[in-house]
Amino acid sequence: MTTTSAIEIAGLTKSYGDHSVLGGVDLTVPPGTVYALLGANGAGKTTLVRILATLLRADGGTAAVHGHDVAAEPARVRESSSLTGQFAAVDEILTGRENLVLIGELRHLEDAGGIADRLLARFDLTDAAGRRVATYSGGMRRRLDIAMSLIGDPPVLFLDEPTTGLDPQSRLEVWKTVQELAGQGTTVLLTTQYLEEAEHLAHRIAILHGGRIIAEGTLAELKRLLPPATVEYVEKQPTLEDIFLAVVGSDGSDQ
Amino acid sequence: MPTYVVRDTTVMLKRSLRHILRSPDTIVTTAVTPIAMLLLFVYVFGSAIDTGGGRYVDYLLPGILLITVASGIAYTAFRLFTDVSGGLFERFQSMPIARSAVLWGHVLTSVVANVISLVLVVLVAVAMGFRSGAGVLAWLAVAGILVLFTLALTWLAVIPGLTAKSADGVSGFSVPLIFLPFISSAFVPTGGMPGPVRWFAENQPVTPIVNTVRGLYAEQPVGNDGWIAVAWCPGLLLVAYALAMRTYRSKIA
Repeated sequence: MTTTSAIEIAGLTKSYGDHSVLGGVDLTVPPGTVYALLGANGAGKTTLVRILATLLRADGGTAAVHGHDVAAEPARVRESSSLTGQFAAVDEILTGRENLVLIGELRHLEDAGGIADRLLARFDLTDAAGRRVATYSGGMRRRLDIAMSLIGDPPVLFLDEPTTGLDPQSRLEVWKTVQELAGQGTTVLLTTQYLEEAEHLAHRIAILHGGRIIAEGTLAELKRLLPPATVEYVEKQPTLEDIFLAVVGSDGSDQ
Repeated sequence: MPTYVVRDTTVMLKRSLRHILRSPDTIVTTAVTPIAMLLLFVYVFGSAIDTGGGRYVDYLLPGILLITVASGIAYTAFRLFTDVSGGLFERFQSMPIARSAVLWGHVLTSVVANVISLVLVVLVAVAMGFRSGAGVLAWLAVAGILVLFTLALTWLAVIPGLTAKSADGVSGFSVPLIFLPFISSAFVPTGGMPGPVRWFAENQPVTPIVNTVRGLYAEQPVGNDGWIAVAWCPGLLLVAYALAMRTYRSKIA
C-alpha cells in the first residue's frame, strides 16, 4: 500500500448548529510518518480525530484511512486504525493484563494472552500486570492505554493529546514509544498543543487554526516561513524540567 | 460483521460479570432495600392490612420482586455511564467489533445480577414463612415474567446510562420505578383506594404482573391478568429497546 496515503482528507467540514468547527480541512499523511496536528484548545483537533476514528460523521468533504472511506467503509477503517483518546480509556476494575486480553479477544486474535504478556513486558508493566488498573499511576495508565491501541498491529494510530496531564517522565516514555512505532512503519497522527512535542516527534506538522489547516510541512519547511534566523547570544539556563529530571533521575520509574 | 455478534457479546458479558464478581456489594445493596421493605411490611404494617385471608408474606412477595428488579437496574445504568464517561465506550466503538455487543454485554449482565438478587430475596421470604406449592411450570412462568420485566427495565436504564451528565443523575431515574409498585396491588388490594388512584393502580403494568405472579405461586388460575401481564412485559420491552436504540444511534452519530 505504498502508493496510498495513510490518511487522505479533502474539504472536510463539521458544524454544531451554526458553530463551524471544521471549515474545509485538506490533509495528506504519507504512510509510516509521525504527523503532528498542532492547534490550540478548541481548534478542532479532537473533532477531526473523532471523524477519522468513525465516531463522528462529517457534514461535508471526504476522509479516508488506509485507503478506506470513513463514511462508506467504517468497518474497514476500524480494522486498520486504533484510537487513543485524550483520557486513558482503560477498565479500572480489571487488571492490566485483563484489559489487554479483552482488546485482543475483541479483535479476534489467536493467543490474546501471549500478545498481552509481550506488550506488558514492552511497556514495563509486567510487575503490575495482575493489579487492578484503579491502583495505577497516570503514566502507567497511559502506557497501558497505548499498549491496548497497539493490539492487532493497526497500520494507522490516532493519538489525541497523548501527553496532556502527564508528568515529565511519563511524557518522555510516551515520546519514546511513539518514536519506536515510527521505526516500525506505523503511521501516527498525533494531536498536541505542546509545540516542543511536535518539534521533537513529528516528521511533518500541520497547524489547525479556526477550523482550517493554515500551515503544513516538515519542521524545516515551516521554519522557512519566517524570516531567516538571526544569531543571538543567550545564556543557556537549565529549564525547570532539566532540573526536575536531574534531581529525581530521568530513568526513575513511577511505580 | 454479524458473524461476530455472539462472540463479541460473550467477551463483553465476561468482562462485566467480572465487574460484578469484584463488587458483590452491588448485588447485596440491590437486595437490601426490598428485603427491608419485606421485613417492615410483614412484621410492622402487615397486621393492619386486610388482603382477604392467607399469609401476608405470600401476598407481598411478588411486588417486592418487582421492586428488586427496579433497584437492580440502577447499577446497569451506572456501569454503562462509567464506560461512556471514562472513554472505554468510544474505544469499543472505534474497534472492529459488532457494535451492539457493547450494549448487550451490559444488558445480559443485568439479567444475571438481577436473578441473583431475586434468589436472595426469595430465600429471605422463605425464611419468613413464604410457602408455595407451585410446580416447575409455574416457577418457570414466574421466572419468564421476571426476566422479561428485567430486560424491559434494563433497556430503559440504558438511556440514562448513555446520556447522563453525572453519576448522581444516572441513578436518580430508578426512584420512580421503585415507587410504582406502591400504587398497585403489590402492597394492598386496590379495592380500598379512592377513584382516580384506584383507576391508575388497576391500569398500570405492575398490578397485572403482580397478580399473575401471585396467582402462579398460589396455584390459582391467573385469568385475564395473565394475558394482560403477558402483553405488558414484551410491550414494555419493545418500547424500551426502541427508545434505547434511538438514543444509542444519536450518540454514535
